[in-house]
Amino acid sequence: MSAERRSADVIVIGGGIHGCSTALHCALRGFSVILIEKDHAGRHASGVNAGGVRQLARHVAEIPLSNTSMAIWHGIAALIDDDCGFTSDGQVLVAENDADLAGCRARVEDLNLRGFHHEEMIDARELREIVPAVSETCPGGVISRRDGAAIPLRATQAFKRKAAEMGATIREGVKVTKVERDGANWRVVTDAGDFLSPRIVNAAGAWADRIAADLGEPVPLEVIAPMLMITAPMPAFIKPVVILRGRKLSFKQFGNGTVLIGGGYLGRAIRDENRTILDWGKLATNAKTVWDLFPIMRGAPILRAWAGIEARMPDDLPCFGPSARHEGVYHQFGFSAHGFQLGPGAGAVMAEIIATGHSNVPIDGLDIARFTASAVH
Amino acid sequence: MKPLTDIDQLAEHYDLAIVGAGPAGLSAAARASELGLAVLLVDENPAPGGQIYRSITTTPVSDRAVLGADYWRGRDIVARLKRSAAAYAARCTVWSIAPDVESDASPFEIGLSLDGRARLISAGQVILATGAQERPFPIPGWTLPGVMTAGAAQIALKSSAIVPKGRTVIAGCGPLLYLLAGQLAAAGAEIVAVLDTTPRRNWRAALAALPDFLRSPYLAKGLKLMAKARRSLRFLGGVTSLAVEGSDRLSAIRFERGGASESLACDTLLLHQGVIPSVNLSNAAGCAHDFDPVQHCWVPQLDDWFASSVPGIAIAGDGAGIGGAESAALRGEVAALDTARRLGRITIPERDDQAAPIRAALGRTLRGRRFLDLLYKPAAQFLAPIVDDTIICRCEEVTAGQVRDAAKRLGVTGPNQMKAFLRCGMGPCQGRLCGPTVVELIAEARGTTPAEVGYYRLRPPVKPVTLAELASLPQSEAAVKAVVR
Repeated sequence: MSAERRSADVIVIGGGIHGCSTALHCALRGFSVILIEKDHAGRHASGVNAGGVRQLARHVAEIPLSNTSMAIWHGIAALIDDDCGFTSDGQVLVAENDADLAGCRARVEDLNLRGFHHEEMIDARELREIVPAVSETCPGGVISRRDGAAIPLRATQAFKRKAAEMGATIREGVKVTKVERDGANWRVVTDAGDFLSPRIVNAAGAWADRIAADLGEPVPLEVIAPMLMITAPMPAFIKPVVILRGRKLSFKQFGNGTVLIGGGYLGRAIRDENRTILDWGKLATNAKTVWDLFPIMRGAPILRAWAGIEARMPDDLPCFGPSARHEGVYHQFGFSAHGFQLGPGAGAVMAEIIATGHSNVPIDGLDIARFTASAVH
Repeated sequence: MKPLTDIDQLAEHYDLAIVGAGPAGLSAAARASELGLAVLLVDENPAPGGQIYRSITTTPVSDRAVLGADYWRGRDIVARLKRSAAAYAARCTVWSIAPDVESDASPFEIGLSLDGRARLISAGQVILATGAQERPFPIPGWTLPGVMTAGAAQIALKSSAIVPKGRTVIAGCGPLLYLLAGQLAAAGAEIVAVLDTTPRRNWRAALAALPDFLRSPYLAKGLKLMAKARRSLRFLGGVTSLAVEGSDRLSAIRFERGGASESLACDTLLLHQGVIPSVNLSNAAGCAHDFDPVQHCWVPQLDDWFASSVPGIAIAGDGAGIGGAESAALRGEVAALDTARRLGRITIPERDDQAAPIRAALGRTLRGRRFLDLLYKPAAQFLAPIVDDTIICRCEEVTAGQVRDAAKRLGVTGPNQMKAFLRCGMGPCQGRLCGPTVVELIAEARGTTPAEVGYYRLRPPVKPVTLAELASLPQSEAAVKAVVR
């Protein structure tokens, strides 16, 4: 019935967890919403990432957004009628040596001074209690106890379904080719015709720079393909998600015994073909780190490896908030490697900003103007 | 032939890497090597032959009548490889084929494992000769001990002269069903019945293709095979439903025939519903595939020279579409000729000259194929199991009912999204066993076709590789730099 809707109060471009969450929260605030996705919801970064729901080790600029999001994660089923496979067994950052540990301590002290207490130091003894399988040489680390993990594609699609239930029109398989001014409206030109709205949200992930460029706000977005591997089921041996301070590793065992190995090693992204090419040389380094740290894993069969197509900004922080140039344009992209946990909260904050012009959740430091300052002046 | 037994014996680079040492791979390797290419032939099995000629050089079955004259023709193909200069690595698993990340040109990076160690090598061209696999045939109870596929029984027979013990029933359809029944009976198996599920109405569709079949080499062979099997074995045709009885192992097979239900006590049940191209490696390598409505399976998109949509990768043999052993060998040669042309070793006229007689023979062997494909198309109820409790993904124990429910209630539109909801296709077999069935079930639930539903996007490693094997890969300069970054 609403499939033929051509205009709405808000048009969201991009059906990742951010686009779907923003669409849902806008619909909950009473806006009419059209979400346009070129493939299907969660096809790229949002559906194929490690699923970490992590406040641990975040950049200070996005901690408020992350905290807002975490509150939603802990009641996720009440919001979208699906628990998204969310489990909360904590995330642990492991220090492999004393220098790592000193860095951890300085970080936690700094956070405490800023009033954030979700990260706590743990010593070697507690580390061994929480992660018994870790190599005995590790002197301690940091834990964020309310962290955990969820199932990315399922979560993204649950947001999409709930947004649709709340009245949002979801158009999958529709590709945006251009965005332009049309009087008081924005005209979103697609391969399925034009759509009109006074407000657009650019949540197009690895393709968001093209929309931003159309709007005269070019950004130095880098398209990357972080790689992940997963093993056959292993006997249960670890509950929390483990990351390292020194080497690159993200490590998690699911309830069914499979173990996810990541860490941000990059394959090659071919974004115009929706395709990635893996770099087995780097995955071998990833495997070697696990071999060193978790001897129990040495015989584990690796069943799959893959990479998503993601958007990274030069400072590893997203572009989030109103456009620096245009009224009615909002940006929400550049979340590579840290965006999944932020999705539920960022959608709520974005909807609040769209509806009221501001939010009590500080998002200073995420403004697109940090890249386009010259365009503003 | 240069046999390679240690992974360190592999060269860094080959002109051509061929995966699979069945008739297609063996012929392609021999021909390419005769044309002067540096060829590597890799195969998972301990000895060459593929499925049709499995264990041809090592089989303990000495009575030639048991496996039939066609089987023993495999000796000539292996002999030709042995006379060539090709390198041959047995027990070697290819787990990844991708364009080399370091170069934008076409040379491929191939990940393989041998004897517990992994390596990455490069190749200028690739021929996939990974052959066919049996079509999955999920019926209630098919995961119970005592039930296996007919092809698995044939492997045991060829490689180890083992036949199933006790009362054995063979059920399903397809030309191979008669061959398998005949071979097993000749080897001493106690086959109490062959339950034929070929839908009677298939005859109507197949009749149009009958004239070609009457002029094909299949006819005489097929008739002889069928006559012999029918004379000596109990055949029950028109079977429309099958279910395994038994609690902790198979005790009987229950089936419907002409509207009536019957049960037959047995110790072994062998299932077979024809063969389909094995597409996992070509899919993971990025080759485009189409759904072939006649063979009712996914086949790679190929040109006249069996070149895939990925420049530099050709696909020969039954992996290019089911055609049988003789056509596989011929397709391997055609693919090898064009590979040599792409590498600049022969000219286009040379290639065409040499290919002409092979193509003529290929036309003859494939004549009549369409008739068999149409006649032995499996019935809908065996492609998309009706009983909801039927397990369709053995790795993750997902049932037909769960897939139907996810497709209908949750609106899951394709097999790739289904992975996130049910995990089907995410186990060690990487969808080999559930893929075709998941596609059928989604198509049925959504009232569309398998072609519209699409297939799994498969991820490397295409065959499992252990963490230790991967960690043993020699570290490249790029990988070391990545750590520093």
